[in-house]
Amino acid sequence: MALVLNEEQQMLKESAQGFLSEHAPVSELRAQRDAGSDRGYSSTLWSQMVNMGWAAILVPEEYGGLAFGHVGMAQIVEQSGRTLTASPLLSTAILGVTAINLAGSEDQKTELLGAIAGGELTIALAVDEKIHHDPMQTAMPAVAKGDGYVLNGEKRFVVDGSTADKLIVATRTAGSPGDMKGISLFLVDRTASGVSVQRTEMLDGRNAAIITFTDVEVTADAMLGEQDRGFRALSATLDAGNAHLSAELLGIAQESFDRTLQYMKERKQFGALIGSFQALQHRTAHWWSEIEMCKSVVLKVLQSLDEGDVRGSALASIAKAKLCEVAELSTNEAIQLHGGIGMTDEYEIGFFIKRARPAQMLFGDYNYHANRFALISGY
Amino acid sequence: MSDLQVFRQESRDWLEENCPQSMRSPVIAGEGACWGGRNWTFTSEDQKLWLERMGAKGWTAPDWPTEYGGGGLDKAEHKILKEEMARIRARSPLDSFGVWMIGPALLKFGSEALKQQHLPAIIRGEIRWCQGYSEPNAGSDLAGLQSKAVDMGDHFIANGQKVWTSYGDKADWMFCLLRTDPDAKKQMGISLVLFDMETPGVTPKPIKLISGSSPFCETFLDDVRVEKDQVVGEVNQGWTIAKYLLTHEREMIGGMGLTDAGSKTLGAIAAKTVGTTDGRLNDLFMRTDVARWEIDAAAFAFTAERVTDEAKAGQGIGATSAMLKYYGTELNKRRFETMLKIGGSDDLIWEGDISNNGWTARTLLRTKGNSIEGGTSEVQLNIIAKNILGLG
Ligand SMILES: Cc1cc2nc3c(=O)[nH]c(=O)nc-3n(C[C@H](O)[C@H](O)[C@H](O)COP(=O)(O)OP(=O)(O)OC[C@H]3O[C@@H](n4cnc5c(N)ncnc54)[C@H](O)[C@@H]3O)c2cc1C
Ligand SMILES: Cc1cc2nc3c(=O)[nH]c(=O)nc-3n(C[C@H](O)[C@H](O)[C@H](O)COP(=O)(O)OP(=O)(O)OC[C@H]3O[C@@H](n4cnc5c(N)ncnc54)[C@H](O)[C@@H]3O)c2cc1C
Repeated sequence: MALVLNEEQQMLKESAQGFLSEHAPVSELRAQRDAGSDRGYSSTLWSQMVNMGWAAILVPEEYGGLAFGHVGMAQIVEQSGRTLTASPLLSTAILGVTAINLAGSEDQKTELLGAIAGGELTIALAVDEKIHHDPMQTAMPAVAKGDGYVLNGEKRFVVDGSTADKLIVATRTAGSPGDMKGISLFLVDRTASGVSVQRTEMLDGRNAAIITFTDVEVTADAMLGEQDRGFRALSATLDAGNAHLSAELLGIAQESFDRTLQYMKERKQFGALIGSFQALQHRTAHWWSEIEMCKSVVLKVLQSLDEGDVRGSALASIAKAKLCEVAELSTNEAIQLHGGIGMTDEYEIGFFIKRARPAQMLFGDYNYHANRFALISGY
Repeated sequence: MSDLQVFRQESRDWLEENCPQSMRSPVIAGEGACWGGRNWTFTSEDQKLWLERMGAKGWTAPDWPTEYGGGGLDKAEHKILKEEMARIRARSPLDSFGVWMIGPALLKFGSEALKQQHLPAIIRGEIRWCQGYSEPNAGSDLAGLQSKAVDMGDHFIANGQKVWTSYGDKADWMFCLLRTDPDAKKQMGISLVLFDMETPGVTPKPIKLISGSSPFCETFLDDVRVEKDQVVGEVNQGWTIAKYLLTHEREMIGGMGLTDAGSKTLGAIAAKTVGTTDGRLNDLFMRTDVARWEIDAAAFAFTAERVTDEAKAGQGIGATSAMLKYYGTELNKRRFETMLKIGGSDDLIWEGDISNNGWTARTLLRTKGNSIEGGTSEVQLNIIAKNILGLG
């Protein structure tokens, strides 16, 4: 498949650009933060997104969705990186939909996917137990009891964990941490008895949570997929998540770059535009080249998700690693080339580094994905 | 079946029938490459056969018009041909400055007579070309060149010195930049001319490189006769053509960042050399180097693919050759630094069988030139900053 957007994807990109820059620019994020919003996103905005069909993009047609694919969805996500728009798109419409669609029973799909597409249900994915992402290390026990299970343990860095209606929880039903086999996924209501949610506001002003499960009882039909065989679906869901996080980081990198380039054409020192200094020109040209690399890896992994390419996992790790590296470069260069003003809260450029770092770390940073890529490649 | 599917099937069948088995393995860092020309000694009968067959089909220059012997393929067909060649790991039948550099310039700017004279011989690999651009005092600042051609009525007489002329001693013809108007502004008085290296007064002298080989020369021009009909485009208008040609050269050199289809990955080489435990390379710092390199190399390969696809779809910004040249050559340098670390002390041995005559070390040294030849990395960054980013 040619590595370019088709006409429909291009149109979606443009409409996302228009909508988000009008309704959810960076100033909205600031307003949310300053108002001390306890949701971390605007419900009105989310309703508008749902009305435009964005929650339904990955949902198959038979469950009331648009089946427009990952490349299409990522055009919105990339723009939301440029505008730093907070919304449940990632947790609900990407991770939630992907996990349920891959692992869910017919009943679960019918019930849940339609509800997501219609904006009636939000989801959060609860995977990490330690401060570094490593899903195979899942330890939290789910023990069979009667015709259901009992869950005990703690999950951290659960994005949207304090607002979502339902949690998808990775647990261990067999084997030991490090085993691929023995991991099972459960759907748990956030308000279920024994679930305790501690909201942790992150440096990006958004929502995450540490969630404690104390003797949480669920029925057998709360299981998503087969017992002990949840890792495949979890891993594929995380691949999709990382592909879209890469798209978001691409938006962040590009917007940091564009704003800095503009600034270099306005700011004068030593009687000249700072953009005329070769020391800065070379740094900027190198930076631009790195972003060109990023555009290609992101589109490649998204296309592979839509095509069901067997190299999907390797490509997801390549993309996330590369985007972690270049998002770091971009947000750092952006501040440095702005000089003192880049350090101020009043100026927007500093918001990009604050969103980039959590997006980099979520579901694995550079080190995690370089390591994973190496393992997949046989070294 | 669509036309393209038919084309794919026909190409596949043709290659299957015509590509000798020994030509179905990658050329690694030049070993076994075919450059053609009057003085070429084929390394095998298969190499000769492969060049002749591909040349006759026009597939040494797949996208050139058939009227000059080219393949006449459009972009989509060209991509398919590349894929089909990669599929059987067929090597390029011909490496050629004619195909990569002067040919495209002739197609765009040359007179009909010049095209008829030179293009078919380039396609068949009969004439090998060299590039006479750089001079001792004109490298990055190429337009400062001083070698000159004086108008003698029905011909020019050229004098001066060129340097870093790759394969100057092996080539049959030179495409050469000469100053034809000493009074005009720097860029305005330059012409691009063609002459046979056997013309009296042309003296290439090999220069030995840090890698120990002598692939390039200083080339002296003493009262060399240049025919008037061998000027490409208009007299004194050579600079535009020279720059056009450079963008082709950059894309070609940038392509060195791409791993040859079918060759072993760095990861596989490292795993074989230092071994693994629990699926991890035993040297963890080397593992990091290798993974970093492979991630960047994949990103670069996808970028080369994307840029081509965008051009085909009429999207994209164009003018990407400076970026591909910069990134690809810096990547290739890193690749051989990593290779040498993997190869260890055996790969430091300069001659003999243990190190295949110092292949890794010599190639590493040669790659240092990648970010100099065809315009240095710094010059590429200048081009990106000025032409793409609009920084003055
Ligand atoms: C945390 C902090 C504390 C500070 N405390 C004080 C303080 O107590 N008192 C005080 O007086 N000041 C203070 N400063 C100001 C500081 O000294 C200036 O920010 C600094 O000198 C840079 O100037 P600028 O911000 O105007 O950036 P600019 O000069 O506009 O620089 C913008 C960018 O252009 C680059 N640049 C500028 N000129 C050139 C050139 N010729 N060649 C190449 N690149 C160039 C810079 O390196 C930078 O990347 C502080 C700044 C910070 C961030
Ligand atoms: C392997 C190899 C093969 C070659 N083959 C050919 C050939 O076949 N035909 C041919 O004509 N030439 C050939 N060249 C020559 C090549 O094009 C020149 O070496 C190149 O253009 C650089 O010129 P220079 O060597 O004079 O370096 P200089 O221009 O003197 O550069 C020295 C250093 O200064 C830097 N520099 C120069 N100007 C600037 C600037 N404005 N801003 C920032 N930095 C700058 C350069 O980047 C470099 O790091 C070859 C070179 C090599 C290494």
